Amino acid sequence: MTPEKLDTLATCIAQRLPDLTTQRLADALILHVPVDRLLDTMTLLRDDPELDFTQMIDLAGVHYPERTPPFDVVYQLLSVHKNHRLRVKTGLGEGEAIPSVIGIWSCADWYERETYDLMGILFSGHPDLRRILNDYDFDGHPLRKDFPVVGRYEMRYDEAVGRLVREPVALEIADREPYRRAL
Amino acid sequence: MKDTETEFINYTVNFGPQHPAAHGVLRLLLELDGEVVVRADPHIGFLHRGTEKLLEHKTYLQGLPYFDRLDYMSMIAEEHSWVLAVERLLGITAPVRAQYIRVIFSELTRILNHLLFLAAHGLDVGAMTMFIYCFRERERIMDIYEAASGARMHAAYFRPGGVARDLPEGLEQKIRDFTDDFPAKIDEYEILLTNNRIWKQRLVNIGVVSAREALDLGFVGPMLRGSGIAWDLRKAEPYDAYDRLEFDIPIGKNGDSYDRYLVRVEELRQSNHIIRQCLDQMRPGPIKTELFKNSIPYRKEMQEGMESLIVHFKQFSEGYEVPPGEIYVATESPKGELGVYIISHGESKPYRVKIRAAGFNHLQAMKSMLVGHMLADVTTLVGSIDIVFGEIDR
Repeated sequence: MTPEKLDTLATCIAQRLPDLTTQRLADALILHVPVDRLLDTMTLLRDDPELDFTQMIDLAGVHYPERTPPFDVVYQLLSVHKNHRLRVKTGLGEGEAIPSVIGIWSCADWYERETYDLMGILFSGHPDLRRILNDYDFDGHPLRKDFPVVGRYEMRYDEAVGRLVREPVALEIADREPYRRAL
Repeated sequence: MKDTETEFINYTVNFGPQHPAAHGVLRLLLELDGEVVVRADPHIGFLHRGTEKLLEHKTYLQGLPYFDRLDYMSMIAEEHSWVLAVERLLGITAPVRAQYIRVIFSELTRILNHLLFLAAHGLDVGAMTMFIYCFRERERIMDIYEAASGARMHAAYFRPGGVARDLPEGLEQKIRDFTDDFPAKIDEYEILLTNNRIWKQRLVNIGVVSAREALDLGFVGPMLRGSGIAWDLRKAEPYDAYDRLEFDIPIGKNGDSYDRYLVRVEELRQSNHIIRQCLDQMRPGPIKTELFKNSIPYRKEMQEGMESLIVHFKQFSEGYEVPPGEIYVATESPKGELGVYIISHGESKPYRVKIRAAGFNHLQAMKSMLVGHMLADVTTLVGSIDIVFGEIDR
């Protein structure tokens, strides 16, 4: 987005939502919204003719284990008529639920399921919060930072019992990242 | 017994995950009332490889080939989002020639993808010939891929800061020859399909999505344009050389499967036109940023100079550090907006990567699009939304 467009958008948002903090990056605008204000803010962002965020393009969860709150839920919004974008961020504590935006953009359905599946973030008001990408009986949330990249279990077919068995991962080379840096 | 009461019970059909018309590993639970779909529940994730998790453990350069394997039918176009995102985080831009080369390959990839769409969609609906015709042209594009990158499909050709290597001698002419022949081939496809009575009976008014619904469902790319909204990231947020090129955005009127087919066929012509313009405008020059902090030094310099050898070694072992920050970059991949959201904490590996794949939204719209259609239309719709499970399952 061009700087002029970002300026216009920033003023527009400051007029309508003066009490929320915005963060200006070189090519994007981030709006920080507390959990309890999420639904009204999102509805306003969609319905206001000047903002016109008719599309929710993406939803991502981010895990910061050392931070409080440890999770961020990041929404990417897009207006195809105004040609501008906005990033909305909401901080979330462990075990807290965030209201589902499925009533505002119906495409949020699978995104919220995905974020629940991979990140373990709960969405209240979602009609069907099941796992989506992982196996039906998967254990854990793989995109959390404490989940090992090689996983915790491996599956194999056991001739003797005649079915699939699940065992803890046992790799000969446990650490496959020779150039990892300390955080 | 005087009155006979017949009770009809809806029954559930399990479509896939291994089904020739499922375009990969789609499991679709269909609740049917007679032959009419009452409820559809797509199950995905059979091809989930954890790309986003893996990218957190790879350097920015090592992460690149994973993008070929997302949407494995439009390989290079996926790399485009990644390289642009990394470049913008680093604050570098690719040289002009590299930008043109990237546009050429992105557009060749668009042709490659739309040809597969035509081929598979045709085959699903019963037009066997399309499959053979389209694969004939796909083979020529894959030869071009191979000449430039060494691989027919998973090219890994783009690099943050440019492309891996310059086009080999004679390839520009080869691409030019392809663009000379290709419009006549598109005419061939259109003769076979566009006014074909069976094709129209199977596609017209199937899966109608209004513009309003399309926005709500998060449609992008040809699916959104098929519903009549002229939105194309190549025009709206031009990247690389697209602001120097002329092309039109085709849009549909009714938002049905037939319109989406027409939009994609017209995009074939537009892509061909874009490639021609690139070839005309392209001049010799460097193909990667020559400040070798973030791009791989030339082979010759590496063999002769100590400095380049060190830089080369470091780039392939621990990688380069990317300044802290976050960025969301979207490009117009053949299936629509392919977004990459990177959060960097100043290390040589990203802290978090989120890939926004176009097919994910399109497939979840199946739930509402399928309701009320006949069982036979399921394959039409699966073909029409042009899904590839590599990018949906990631």
